[in-house]
Amino acid sequence: MQTAEPILSARGLFKRYGRVTALDNADFDLYPGEILAVIGDNGAGKSSLIKAISGAIRPDSGEIKLEGNVVNFKSPLEARDAGIETVYQNLALSPALSITDNMFLGRELRKPGFMGSVLRKLDHKAMDKFAREKLSELGLMTIQNINQAVETLSGGQRQGVAVARAAAFGSKVIILDEPTAALGVKESRKVLELILDVRSRGIPIVLISHNMPHVFEVADRIHIHRLGRRLTVINPKDHTMSDAVAFMTGAKSVQPVAA
Amino acid sequence: MSGIQEFERTLDGSDKNVASFEHQNISPLKRAQHFLHSTPAAVPLIVLVLSVFIFGLTIGGRFFSSYTLTLILQQIAVVGILGAAQTLVILTAGIDLSIGVVMVISAVIMGNFAVTYGLPTPIAILAGLITGGVCGFFNGFLVAIVRLPPFIVTLGSWNIVMATNFIYSANQTIRDADVDANAPLLHLFAINFRFGSAILTLGVISMVVLVCILWYVLNHTAWGRHVYAVGDDPEAAKLSGIQTRKVLLSVYTIAGVIAAFAAWVSIGRNGSVSPSAAVTDYNLQAITATVIGGISLFGGRGSILGTLFGAMLVGVMSMGLNMLGADPQWKVMLTGWLIIAAVAIDQWIRKAGV
Repeated sequence: MQTAEPILSARGLFKRYGRVTALDNADFDLYPGEILAVIGDNGAGKSSLIKAISGAIRPDSGEIKLEGNVVNFKSPLEARDAGIETVYQNLALSPALSITDNMFLGRELRKPGFMGSVLRKLDHKAMDKFAREKLSELGLMTIQNINQAVETLSGGQRQGVAVARAAAFGSKVIILDEPTAALGVKESRKVLELILDVRSRGIPIVLISHNMPHVFEVADRIHIHRLGRRLTVINPKDHTMSDAVAFMTGAKSVQPVAA
Repeated sequence: MSGIQEFERTLDGSDKNVASFEHQNISPLKRAQHFLHSTPAAVPLIVLVLSVFIFGLTIGGRFFSSYTLTLILQQIAVVGILGAAQTLVILTAGIDLSIGVVMVISAVIMGNFAVTYGLPTPIAILAGLITGGVCGFFNGFLVAIVRLPPFIVTLGSWNIVMATNFIYSANQTIRDADVDANAPLLHLFAINFRFGSAILTLGVISMVVLVCILWYVLNHTAWGRHVYAVGDDPEAAKLSGIQTRKVLLSVYTIAGVIAAFAAWVSIGRNGSVSPSAAVTDYNLQAITATVIGGISLFGGRGSILGTLFGAMLVGVMSMGLNMLGADPQWKVMLTGWLIIAAVAIDQWIRKAGV
């Protein structure tokens, strides 16, 4: 895995807000087909890092490369168009709209021909079919009504819809921000399975989480962020959770970086 | 999967059906709540049908005549069109308090351009529509780009436009006869078709057609879905890649243009063009129709068909109470209760989601 080229990487990112330095020469590497967990104490700058690679903020300096090409995202939309899908903690779903509407929000399909090009008519049938397929693929089965409003779903189901949306559109990288934070134990399990399922489809995942057991369960590598930069990357098989927490909080210092 | 936590092992035997969509046994009340949740125009339609029946039974054939029923439609055409414009704005969780005076100033522009300045009527109408669009764009700019609260923005523009209207027109009314002589096209929407005793004006027909077009646009185009999404959760809409500012800007601008269209229809209905119509509470009537029609003031919910039913409901009550010889204040009171009931029902329906 380490020999391959990273699919998404960042070098020397800086971001300052007034006197606060959120990113201080931060690096980042995501390799094809892996789940990379990003952990760090509150205020360590991990959300700034994620926002920078997902286009939500623009770093003051530094370089981000996607598949070896330098990219410069001005908005999350541009990042998404380039293939970086982010599932935000608040899921960015519109509660009153249906599952299908949500999956296609911002990239609706129009009917072919006159109805679509002149009358701008949406192709509800094709969108429903696609949404149903994608949800079934990810094991979010037995959906009675793809047109039910998202607000009628449970937390886990909503997360499922959000992840399915991210995975559905041929994305190269999926970023999951605290996907299990708001969920109960059972629902968290389901979502973790979903994450592994997405990886098995070959899509690399960046997982931001505070939940050490979840991180250690699914991550292939763990990026530890501290004081605005990458402190180290560890293999969860070689370290314990207490090691990770100790690195994160500065209780333990690091040997030369392995990755 | 290695590293499953000990405490989670016990879960293996438990129900993993969390992400399936199971059938539940639900009470009829719950089912009604869900039905209304998915069919937001149903409440105003049911109340409308009920009130037609009640007035029909108490007043008798005089009320049930096609003449009376179509007369109600003529009376609500202008408010119905304004309500449609207001619906667009309210769906984005905004409000447009200026919509009534925007209509009046557009009518004054149309009348003055055509009659006083003697310009060709189509140009006068175009000028009126542009005036409405510019006012709407002004509101939209302040709401979407400068990010001021819609209530404050349109409270301000309400006063600005109203004052401009009076200063510009010097409160001069353009008489019906002058309009007829110089610019009969301004009376286009007064043209009527008779079917027996039923009288449908072009204004009524245009209201229904406009609502149908907007219904199509809101439900079957991406822009329409985006209007709902922006009103429902602007942050989520933005993160989903919707250009929320553009959507808001276009909504306010289109609302302004529709208000100007209502101006044209209102000239047909009133005959003359009177700047002092600016003191009539058209925008409150439009908001009333919208709210009674089940459009949520919190945005993102409701069907524009509901607004049409809401406007009709107000018209039916007004006519019915009038025919019963009731004090007009009863109509005001009943409208007040309806507004409160509509908002209460909206809140109740919302809970179906949780």
